[in-house]
Amino acid sequence: MASTTPTTKRARPLSPHLSIWKWGPHMTVSILHRVTGSGMATVGTLVMVWWLAAISGGAESYATFHHVFGVFAGGALGYLFGIGLTLSFFQHMASGIRHFVMDTGAGYELKRNKTGALATMVFSVAATAVVWIYILGVK
Amino acid sequence: MAYRTELGRVRGLGSAKEGAHHWWQQRLTAAANLFLMLWFFIAILRLPAYDYDTVHTWLSSSWAAIPMALLILSVFYHFRLGLQVVIEDYQHNESRVVAMVALNFFTVVTAGIAIFAILKVAFTATTGVPHA
Repeated sequence: MASTTPTTKRARPLSPHLSIWKWGPHMTVSILHRVTGSGMATVGTLVMVWWLAAISGGAESYATFHHVFGVFAGGALGYLFGIGLTLSFFQHMASGIRHFVMDTGAGYELKRNKTGALATMVFSVAATAVVWIYILGVK
Repeated sequence: MAYRTELGRVRGLGSAKEGAHHWWQQRLTAAANLFLMLWFFIAILRLPAYDYDTVHTWLSSSWAAIPMALLILSVFYHFRLGLQVVIEDYQHNESRVVAMVALNFFTVVTAGIAIFAILKVAFTATTGVPHA
């Protein structure tokens, strides 16, 4: 650091911004990790806490929960939140495991990194489909 | 030493030695969440129905109540750490403090309700030996 220039006036270096990079799946997955995490932390938390409180509140309070998610508008809210949270969970889980791999310093080669990023999205859609086909079709 | 700020050099205190705490706690809870959430999905999918009696009986079992309570602790701690990073990225100055306080209250209140609900179901279960 040159001590001749006043440190308080010097412009601080900025990290390269989103717009200068060519878009790739790793960027989509990075954003999805944050969006799905934030979504589950807020919406998912409220649904989970409501569900648990409804069970502990007795048959009547559970009936209210069941009506909102299972009966109202043909159970549309149940499908919306259920499938949305399932997809969010599997996406967050897959990109979280990818983070574990990258924490070890592995998987940064361009091709492997791209393949890994795409794999998280393929996995989350496939796992969500399996879960909901099982709920709606098999059960 | 060349990389330290003037203030850091004057104070000479070095690191606070807790720099990796947040990162490490987030990884530990992530690993716990992986097992707890997969258990949760399998347990829910294995239920024969989703009416009150079925779900209540399921949650009143220790085999469901204990992992469910652990899930709440691990997942909620994990999302508190995660949302903290989101707040630090987008909120600055006073609004960051307000958002962090709100996040802590949200986490503690929702976790408190969830844990209480689980324990209430588990401790007031009347299945098995009937009360006198």
